[in-house]
Amino acid sequence: MKRRSLFYLQLGFTLLVCAFLVVPVILSMMAGLTVNYFVGIESGLTLRWVMEVWNGYRDTIFLSIGLSLACLAVTLVLGVPTAYVLAKRQNALTRTLEEMLVLPVAVPGLATALALIVTYGGLSGFRTSWAFILVGHVLFTLPFMVRSVLAVLSAIDLKTLEEGAASLGAGFWPRFRDIVLPNCRQGILAGSLMVVTLSMGEFNMTWLLHTPFTKTLPVGLADAYASLRLEVGSAYTLVFFLMIMPLLLALQAFAKPRPAKFVAEEAE
Amino acid sequence: MTDAGQPLAIALEGCSKTFPDGTRALEPLDLAIHAGETVVFLGPSGCGKTTTLRIIAGLEEPDAGGKVLFDGVDVTRLPIEQRNVGMVFQSYALFPNMTVAGNIGYGLKIRKVPHAQIKARVSEMLAMMQITRLADRRIDQLSGGQRQRVALARAIAVRPRALLLDEPLTALDAKLRDTLRLEIDSLLRSLGITAIYVTHDQAEAMALGDRIVVMEHGRVAQIGRPREIYQRPATRFVAEFIGTMNRLTGSVSNGTFSCQAGSLAWPEAPTGATEILFRPEDIRVAEGHETTGLQGKVAAAFFLGDRTRLFVEVGEAQPLVIESTARRDFSHGDAVGLAIDPRGLLVL
Amino acid sequence: MRHETRRLILLLLPAGIVFAAFFLLPMARLFLIGGSGKMGWAAYTAILTDDLYLGSLVSTFAVAAATTAATLVISGISGVFLQRHRFPGNAALVAMLTFPLAFPGVVIGFMVIMLAGRQGLIGQVTQALTGEKLVFAYTIAGLFMGYVYFSIPRTILTVMAAAEKLDPKLEEAARSLGASPWHVLRDVIIPGLKPAFISAGAICFATAVGAFGTAFTLAARINVLPMVIYTEFTLSANIAMAAALSFVLGIVTWLVLAVARTAAGSSVAAAG
Repeated sequence: MKRRSLFYLQLGFTLLVCAFLVVPVILSMMAGLTVNYFVGIESGLTLRWVMEVWNGYRDTIFLSIGLSLACLAVTLVLGVPTAYVLAKRQNALTRTLEEMLVLPVAVPGLATALALIVTYGGLSGFRTSWAFILVGHVLFTLPFMVRSVLAVLSAIDLKTLEEGAASLGAGFWPRFRDIVLPNCRQGILAGSLMVVTLSMGEFNMTWLLHTPFTKTLPVGLADAYASLRLEVGSAYTLVFFLMIMPLLLALQAFAKPRPAKFVAEEAE
Repeated sequence: MTDAGQPLAIALEGCSKTFPDGTRALEPLDLAIHAGETVVFLGPSGCGKTTTLRIIAGLEEPDAGGKVLFDGVDVTRLPIEQRNVGMVFQSYALFPNMTVAGNIGYGLKIRKVPHAQIKARVSEMLAMMQITRLADRRIDQLSGGQRQRVALARAIAVRPRALLLDEPLTALDAKLRDTLRLEIDSLLRSLGITAIYVTHDQAEAMALGDRIVVMEHGRVAQIGRPREIYQRPATRFVAEFIGTMNRLTGSVSNGTFSCQAGSLAWPEAPTGATEILFRPEDIRVAEGHETTGLQGKVAAAFFLGDRTRLFVEVGEAQPLVIESTARRDFSHGDAVGLAIDPRGLLVL
Repeated sequence: MRHETRRLILLLLPAGIVFAAFFLLPMARLFLIGGSGKMGWAAYTAILTDDLYLGSLVSTFAVAAATTAATLVISGISGVFLQRHRFPGNAALVAMLTFPLAFPGVVIGFMVIMLAGRQGLIGQVTQALTGEKLVFAYTIAGLFMGYVYFSIPRTILTVMAAAEKLDPKLEEAARSLGASPWHVLRDVIIPGLKPAFISAGAICFATAVGAFGTAFTLAARINVLPMVIYTEFTLSANIAMAAALSFVLGIVTWLVLAVARTAAGSSVAAAG
């Protein structure tokens, strides 16, 4: 049966690809828990490396968490109103704005970071603070928040809903609070997850923007890989995985398409 | 009735509307709507009826020089939030993030009415619309007819000064439309509220309106009571938009109208008339013993139970439509004599 | 309503100001600085005239192209397979294939070392099998593997979404006319997925061209453009050259992604 064998062939191939993606992750995590990587698992399991990472790199972990939360706050404040405006008006101007917003994603992080350094590098207070990194993260993650909220807002008849609320006497801010925000909750949640996940993992920009006092987790990882024992680097990677895994799983749960609801006319 | 405020008189003076892309949706319009009456804006899509409604509502601003007056007060610059009109949209515009009760009470919540009073009023509305059991349902769980009722309840809950309805029944199927039309009619009557109703369905307009404003291409074609519009249409457009219209072409001389089908004695015939229009109910098939001046041949006959709809060829472009109650079998090709009631003749 | 437009502009202002101040202005500065070095404005053409830079451009494009080709084949096969066959465990496989989506390039570089480094798994396996240890983490092949690693999750989602929209009736029609599975694949499925392939491929290419973290971790002798820019900036302190090169790099990736967008709908994250 040709179709059967074709099925198993494809299945086998797909399993191989999955292995290719998953095995290195497991390896890296295991390496962080073995006493001696070069000896292998026979050397025993230990949390020693993880503790070393915690003691030596605790601040990078906290900084990464803090930065991603701050990034979330900023993108919410900047992104939700922007998405609202883009949903209300679709003309050449708003399309151009949307294109421009995506530029920091299209352009390599290296270029964006370099541009920031040559422009604001002179302000030493700014340059050496975590705000400098935050700026880069916001530029990179903002389009995702905007797009996520915009997708939800475009799917509902925003104009008529707002007119309905206005006809009942609601001014702009009550409408925004009671009608617009509740109806894009899904978009805000999905966007928030995306922003936090991307910010935690951002490296390209952050590497150029950081200083020894403002190291994020990925930056610390690069340091560790270069200079420390493999086990420590692995343990550090393990910590990173543990932090980012729940976010990725939540993102996947969100990506599941929701079944459409059809309402039949009931007998009156 | 404590459900509505003092009925409102609405006036439009010189209101026209040109959209940013250049479309001229409305030519300068003057209109006076009396307090408590139901006015129906009727016309095909694109005639400007919805634009007029939205100008009255405050969702669109008329071009410079146009004025909207509520009880003589100029409200042209007032946005809809401050006009206190109840509005029912074609797509209902129910808020998906609130329950039925939440939707109905929303206008009251905005007006900062105390919670207990909101609850009481919402219950009142639910009972009035007979949807009490739906109070805690979410909007996407409702059928079209139910959503309609919620939309009405929501608009009325705030005791608006006028009720504006934008094709509220268009999205429903025919049977539902008939039922709800009756309900809306009795609702409007019992509330005594000024109501403006937009539709393209002439049966709806005739049933609901105290007066009908027939519109075409941004202009008013005729304003009048349903009977007037039907029996004395002012323009050909109105004549043909409302109901069916029959047509005979010919000429007038000596009080007689002569055409291909024969001649018709008509003392009041206006000289120079080359065309007469009349409704199917104003023409009948002559009885066996009668002689009439007009003759035709049956092209098709549809027995509808209480009457027979006949299509009779008379040498015109279109056959005449006749609603016949004669107890007689008609078949294709029958020669029939035709009698027309001269009181129903129109020349436009 | 005129005041509505004014309100919308006000709502747009915060994001607009932040964007102008922190992206548009710096980019303009970058452009100017690119032309202010020793070579002047010729720095912008140096990428084509200077051997070193041209060489790195070619390597970068070559790796990106190879990555794109390999990724499209892999994602094509697996994506279409997973989308069209329901079996227990399908969802788990999809989850496994897409969860590396947000891994930073550094981590992927590290995993390349774990697989193909001196103590890597591949090395150990090949040593056991052939007696020779295969180590390629620090070469362009290792970079290639890393790039394929982070490209698969991105492209597979696009492919699956497109496969979902394929009309099975077209294939049934082809089969009723006698087409073998290979013919169906070649004449119905692949043409049907073409727009998705173009868009996913362009995103893959642009991301690989601009990727930095992976190359950085695998350092050594790899000569891709982002690394060259980095060394110009940090080691040679040749800011003008770094600026000019990164500006050119930015334009190239933006152009490729613009093509992707016109060929399909939205675009995906570029990281790594």
